[in-house]
Parts: sequence; C-alpha cells; structure tokens
Amino acid sequence: MNRTKGDEEEYWNSSKFKAFTFDDEDDELSQLKESKRAVNSLRDFVDDDDDDDLERVSWTGEPVGSISWSIKETAGTSGSAPEGREQLKGRNSFYTQLPKPTSTYSLSSFFKGRTRPGSFQSLSDALSDTPPKSYAPELGRPKGEYRDYSNDWSPSDTVRRLRRGKVCSLERFRSLQDKLQLLEEAVSMHDGNVITAVLIFLKRTLSKEILFRELEVRQVALRHFIHFLKETGDQKLLLDLFRFLDRTEELALTHYREHLNIQDPEKRKEFLKTCIGLPFSAEDSAHVQDHYTLLERQIIIEANDRHLESAGQTEIFRKHPRKASILNMPLVTTLFYACFYHYTESEGTFSSPINLKKTFKIPDKQYVLTALAARAKLRAWNDVDALFTTKNWLGYTKKRAPIGFHRVVEILHKNSAPVQILQDYVNLVEDVDTKLNLATKLKCHDVVIDTCRDLKDRQQLLAYRSKVDKGSVEEEKIDAILNSSQIRWKN
Amino acid sequence: MACCAELLLSIDLVNADKLAGRFRKYKVILTPQKFYACEMVLEEEGVYGDVSCDEWAFSLLPLDVDLLSMELPEFFRDYFLEGDQRWINTVAQALHLLSTLYGPFPNCYGIGRCAKMSYDLWRKLEEEEDSETKGRRPEIGHIFLLDRDMDFVTALCSQVVYEGLVDDTFRIKCGSVDFGPEVTSSDKSLKVLLNAEDKVFNEIRNEHFSNVFGFLSQKARNLQAQYDRRRGMDIKQMKNFVSQELKGLKQEHRLLSLHIGACESIMKKKTKQDFQELIKTEHALLEGFNIRESTSYIEEHIDRQVSPIESLRLMCLLSITENGLIPKDYRSLKTQYLQSYGPEHLLTFSNLRRAGLLTEQAPGDTLTAVENKVSKLVTDKAADTRWNLAQISSPGKITDAFSSLAKRSNFRAISKKLNLIPRVDGEYDLKVPRDMAYVFSGAYVPLSCRIIEQVLERRSWQGLDEVVRLLNCSEFAFTDMAKEDKASSESLRLILVVFLGGCTFSEISALRFLGREKGYRFIFLTTAITNSARLMEAMSEVKA
Repeated sequence: MNRTKGDEEEYWNSSKFKAFTFDDEDDELSQLKESKRAVNSLRDFVDDDDDDDLERVSWTGEPVGSISWSIKETAGTSGSAPEGREQLKGRNSFYTQLPKPTSTYSLSSFFKGRTRPGSFQSLSDALSDTPPKSYAPELGRPKGEYRDYSNDWSPSDTVRRLRRGKVCSLERFRSLQDKLQLLEEAVSMHDGNVITAVLIFLKRTLSKEILFRELEVRQVALRHFIHFLKETGDQKLLLDLFRFLDRTEELALTHYREHLNIQDPEKRKEFLKTCIGLPFSAEDSAHVQDHYTLLERQIIIEANDRHLESAGQTEIFRKHPRKASILNMPLVTTLFYACFYHYTESEGTFSSPINLKKTFKIPDKQYVLTALAARAKLRAWNDVDALFTTKNWLGYTKKRAPIGFHRVVEILHKNSAPVQILQDYVNLVEDVDTKLNLATKLKCHDVVIDTCRDLKDRQQLLAYRSKVDKGSVEEEKIDAILNSSQIRWKN
Repeated sequence: MACCAELLLSIDLVNADKLAGRFRKYKVILTPQKFYACEMVLEEEGVYGDVSCDEWAFSLLPLDVDLLSMELPEFFRDYFLEGDQRWINTVAQALHLLSTLYGPFPNCYGIGRCAKMSYDLWRKLEEEEDSETKGRRPEIGHIFLLDRDMDFVTALCSQVVYEGLVDDTFRIKCGSVDFGPEVTSSDKSLKVLLNAEDKVFNEIRNEHFSNVFGFLSQKARNLQAQYDRRRGMDIKQMKNFVSQELKGLKQEHRLLSLHIGACESIMKKKTKQDFQELIKTEHALLEGFNIRESTSYIEEHIDRQVSPIESLRLMCLLSITENGLIPKDYRSLKTQYLQSYGPEHLLTFSNLRRAGLLTEQAPGDTLTAVENKVSKLVTDKAADTRWNLAQISSPGKITDAFSSLAKRSNFRAISKKLNLIPRVDGEYDLKVPRDMAYVFSGAYVPLSCRIIEQVLERRSWQGLDEVVRLLNCSEFAFTDMAKEDKASSESLRLILVVFLGGCTFSEISALRFLGREKGYRFIFLTTAITNSARLMEAMSEVKA
C-alpha cells in the first residue's frame, strides 16, 4: 500500500468520478435485468422450456394433475422393476413420458473458460436437459403397474429403492432382527435420508425402550434420530431419550432451549426458574441461575422505569427517552442502562449499577468500561473523573484505570469529549509512543509539545510546529521552548 | 429447502385455512431432494393429500466459469454439528451427474469422513447404473474431495483478497451482491452479478486488497484518457467513437465506479473496526506467539460488545490453533461472552464444543506426547464419556460416527509439518505473490489448499502419513486411480475440487494462483460458499 500511497490519496481526493457521469437509464436497466435473470435462473429453467413433452407446475392452486415438470420417469429401470403403493394412487395420475432427447449442449465449453455471452444460460440448460435418468428420482408410476409387491424386497433391495426416492413399504420387516438388519443396511449406505426413513418406521413399530436400547449402540443412527426429533419438535421423546442415555447435560440444555420460544417475560422467567435445578455442568448451572436473576431484575426495572417515564417527572427520562425495553437484554447492556439512568442510586435498589456489579460479580474491568461509556455519553465528565480516581492510605489521589488509559481516551473521543478532558487522559497513557501518537491524532497540542520537550526531541518539535496554526498559542509555546537555553536537545 | 421446521410453518397455514373452511390444494416443491421426514410430517399433521410434495432435483448452480455451488448452506450444520448424513446422497448425485457429462474421473483423492462416504456412495451409484461413462474419455483428470473440518482455521480467518473481502463485508449471495447506497453513491441499492464476465472485477477479484486501489486508480486514469480523446475529433471520428467505443467505455466506467465505491465503503468499515489490529491478532494466533496478548485482545472485544459473531470467531481461532483453551481462559471468556451478548448463548457454546470448534483443554492435555493415546479412545472430554463407554463395552457393534468430529486439531504440528507459515526475509511483496500465502497477506498458506497441492504433486497421500494422522483421518484419506489411463494430457491438467461443508473465496483465489503457477486448471464444486461469519451463524442457537 505504501508504494502508491501518494497516487491514491491524490486520486481519492480529486476525482471520485463526479467529473464524468454517463449514467444511462438503459445501461442500468439492462444490467438489472441481467442480474435478475441470472439470479432467477432457477425460474428460467421453466420459462425457457418450450418443449411440449414436459408437464408444468401449476401455480394456480387447482388440482394438479401431474407431478412437476422436473420429475421425470426413470425410464431405464421402470420396465424391469415395477412396484407401487396404494397410497400413491390417490394423488398421482401421472403417465409415462418420453424422456427428452439428450442435449446437444456441451458443458465443456464452460469449463474451458470461453466467455461466450450466455454461457451460463447454456450451462443451466445443459443441466436441466441432460437425460434425467441419472438423477431424477422416480415418483409416479403408470397406473397399470400398481400391484402389491411388498414381500419381494430384501433389506438391501429395500434400502436401495428408498435411496432412489421410491416409495417402498417397510411393513414386512416385523421381527426385531429384520428391523435392525434394515437399519444397519441403511447406515452402511451412508444416506441420511434413508436412515431417517427407517428410523421413522422403527419409532412407529418398536417400543421406546427397545428402540432406545438399540440406538444406544448405533451411534450414526442415534445421531440421525436425535436430529430428527429436534427438527420435528418432538421435545418429549427427545428428553426421554437423553434420560435413557444418561446424557444429563444435553437433557438440561434441551430443556433450557425451550425458553427461546416463550415470548411473555413473566412466563419466561417462571420457565427459567424450572431450569435452575437441572443437571447442567457446575459452570452452566451458575449461568442459568444468573439468567433467571437477570430477567427477574429486568422485569422489576422495566415496570418501574416505564412508570417513571410516563409520569414525566424525572429529568433523565425526559431528556433521554428510552429507545427500547430492557427486557431480555444482555447483562452488559443492562449495566449500561443502569449507569445511564440510575447511576447515583444507592446500592440498595435493584437498578443501581453497584448492585448489579455485586450480584453478578461483574469484573472491575468490565464495570469501568461500561460505566465510562455510559457517563461519557451523558457528558458527565465529573463522573468519568471519579471512576479513575483512587486514594491511597496517605490520602493522596491517584488516577488508575484497569483497562489502560489509551482505551479510556478512545472511548472519550468517540463520545466527543472536549480537548481539555481528553488531554488529561492522554497524559496518563504510560507508553510514550502511544501517548504521542494519540495526542497527535486527537490534536492535544500541549501534550505533544510537552512530550517532545521531555524527550528532548528538537526535530520532532520542529516538525510539529508546521502542523499548528500560524500565530496560535501553541506556536508561541513551541517557539519559547525551542529558544530556551535550559534544554539540552538530543538532536 | 427441505427443512422440517419451515414445512411445519406452512402446515400451520394449511390447517388455519382448513379451520376457516377454506379447502385448497397446496404444493410444496422441495429441492434438491425431498426427505421422507418431510412426508411424515405432512402425514402426521393431517395435511397429506391437501399438500402434495414434489422434488426438484436441482443440484448444481454454476456461479462462475470455474465455480459450481450446490447452494446448501445448511449442509455445514446438518453434518458437522448434528451428524445428519442427509446430503451425502445429494453430493453423490452431483458427482454422478458430472461424470455423466464429463466422463469418468481417472484420479480420485479425498480426505475426511464425509468425503469418504460421499465417494463410496457415488461409486455405488456408478456401479448400479450401467452408465454410459464407461469407455468415454475422461475430461476431468483429477477430483479431490475435502471435508470442511479438515481445515476450520482457513475459513475462520478474515479475508483480504478482494472477492473474499467483498463477501465478508457485503455477503455475496448466489454469485451476486447487493451494493447499498453507500457504494452506488445514489439513493438506491444495486444488485450486481460478480463473475468473470465483469471485466473489472475479474482483474481484481484474486488480488490482495492493498493492490486493488492502485489498480483501480490506474484504470480510472486510462478511462479518463480514452474519454478525453474525443476532444479534437472531427465529425467522422466522433461518429466512429460513439458507435464503436462509447458503449464499452460506459460499461467499464459503470463497473469501475461500482468497485471504487465498494472499496471506499470497505475501507471506511475496516478503519472503524480497527482492522489492522485485528489482523495482527489473527496472525499472532496463526503463528502461535503472544497468546496472552491475543487472549486479552479477544476479551476486550467481548467486553466492548463488538459484534458477537466476530468475538466468537476469534475465540474459535484461538481454540483450534491452541488445541483448545486452557480451562481458566475458557471459563472466563465464556462468562464474559454470556454477559455481553446474552445468557442464551450457552447453547451456542455447547454446539461449538460438539463440533470441535471451541473446546477446553483437558487438564494435563497440553503435551503432544499424550496426544496419541488420548485421541485414540477419548473423543472429547466429559461431555461424551458416555459414548466412549458404549464403544468400549461393545466395540464390535459400534459404527462410531462422530469420534472424528470433536478431536484435537493439532494445528500447530500440522502447520510445522506443512510449512504453513512462510519464513519471510524482508517484506512480502503482495504485488508479485510467491506462494498461496498471499491470500492472507503472506502470513499463512491455507491448510486446505496446501493439502491439495501436496497430494496433487505426489499423485497420492504417500509421505503425508504424519499429516493425515495429525488430521485424525487415517481411515479417511483415500486415493483411487484408474487402471488404464486414457486421460489426455490436457484433461490431466483439469482438477475438480469438491468442498464438503463450504469453501471460502480466499481458498478459491489461492488455488487459482496455484493453478497459474503449476499449469493446472481448477474447477470448484462446493456445498456452498462460506466465510467465518456464516460458519459462526450456523453454530449459533440464537437467531439475530
């Protein structure tokens, strides 16, 4: 970046392309269309498809007589392996279609990187035009082929058919051994969809205890089952399962997770209360307890402050109306809020910052950072000052910050503190280089000048002289120092 | 979108309609695959028949001349967190489709459990369908499958090549990006396609961000000069200019001002968040020095409530590069995180631990000597002891799926072995990159790309045993070569890289660079484009 810095700056400052604007409606329109087309290329598959041998999806909501256009017969296997299931009859009246002729598009042009316009289009087409045989699973069957074949399939055949998305009855697998064989076959195929399909069947046809017992020693299947229960929201069975497996921590977390679905704060609070005794890890137990206490506090504070605000008697609420409710906010946000609206309250109230700090064992660092941000926002500089002032046993006061004064300066600057205030804190930065950098950046002239003097760095002071306004107090001060005979400059 | 939760929502609509006496027919189209679980949900909710379910086997979206996406962002969470293998068949189908189009793949390599399963299932598909690929000349010489959990580190780093940076800043969706008013310098947003057809973008996409300014301003000057030529033209020349050159110039101008706007906006945002210091911390983590300093940097990030995703990302980076956090740090960072961003993130931490992204070192677990013994049996700490017990008690029956998921990352050892942190004398010249590390300012060669490079060089995993062991992947690194080699030398230069669980633009840029250096051409197939924020959001239990 250094190399061209000069160029760049000049460039960024000067041109910004305001000089020549050829904004052309057509250009933008066509571009919009172009992007839209590409993004919607999904739909293009449908729209561009004017071959009649494909059915279309009906979006009108009328009874649709066909399976969508994209689902095609698996021509290759239909002859040799007829099958069916009663259930399908009702909703499909779908007849064999001729597969579309193989596309003449070549994808290789795509990969060889030719950027012929519309190559995306052709790729899309190519993808939808390739013989469907290979990847479009078969759903519908010619009517004549519905017969009951449910006895014919071995576990491995069944699993293979399921994998191809075919409907396949599992009812004949009645003995536990058969069921487990089916499950193991599914697992060995690695196809999660099939594993879940078998699990749905097992869930329906086995007692909970047997199912759990068998899953416990089949980790892949168990994972799928847990995910399936999570997705379908079968909380009760999931909890039973974790209990059976003695996975207590997951049990607790799963239960706790439910609070996210409860909107009403009172109800949420009550629910969290039921979570407190659950077998979390020791660490998480404390967090859940804190969660409950926090929400409890927030409910009290919220009710109180809403009342204060609507009464209109309290100055701080009139000057700075609340932007949002404090309910369900994180602890740090709550602390900020307390420091903003309730800073001076005695420790006895729920809303006092000190009370929050003690209750939740907020570390000093975090507390100071948050209080600083809140008080600086209100431009309460005395409070800021007090935050960092400590007295030692002899009664001397000293400034101390657990977060490093450069951070303090940064936060003050963000809240547009006046230079006088900034200056005091820049001076407290220990590392001289950091101090000088900060002071220069924030235009704390006195700090820069004094630091240069202390460093006996004449050259830097001279350089700085050119940066201050001509005839200003700062310039005078610099000149006075430069002319002083007391200082033994190092350069 | 084949997600039961979403399906349940639409079912609520159907049932509401029914209650109100409105009887209608509904159609749900699931892509790329309809799951048995979905149909079961329909049946259970009593709307089977009212709602018919179709499937659109749409598996590949070409995002660019060398990039195919399956657009399955949910793949990452489903597999790497939940252990659900539902998408493996989808991947196998996609491979099958590609091999139908391009002939067989003569050389196959892969690493990772998911890679192995997908590959096996794909082979099975090929066997079942007496495919017409047999006897065809292969067009793609090599295919490489890689699981995302082989390399979380790369995906967790801040991106600094232009395309990656645009993705991190504005989020590229399906190959296009929404540039807001701050970029377009007008009052409207603009949806822009980002691919090789955008001439300006194509030239800067793989460049380190620091080069982009120079390039764009040079380009702007050239453009200005070309416009200026019209002064002093006679009428005939002007006619020529307008009819032949103007349109191209205007197009270029439009693109140029867009990308300049994007750069400005990126610069503004990055300066605000103190990007320099952030990058410095990341590099320190990658190299493994000043760990204390980095830890307190992260702590401060959390305390100041800087974005929750960013804080989480840094914690994960610290955890993976250090083989887990020391318990004291883990506790204190977690507590502060919950205080800053909300206690419900308890659930997020549990997820991250399960996925192996953010773990706690077991006491006395810091020495590499212990590594072997520990990683053999103990998958991960106390949370999973129950499984281990189960495995030990009946080892024969267990098809132990997830021991690979929560294993130690061994990043430091791998990094040393593969030389991921280049030794640099003097300044790394980002204008003329010398290796793939340029995508991370010369500080780090992406692990995923290095693995691919090494395997392609050897045409096998030979000599990489130690690395494979450190990756906890001894059983899942494979090579498969065709016996008769009919592949033309041209096709042997073409390599399909399959990322399972997502890849980042930085990785794509790095491999494009490798391709240029070694005379390969890479094509990428990914389950989705990802970046650190997407990974973290996928693990987050709390919706923002």
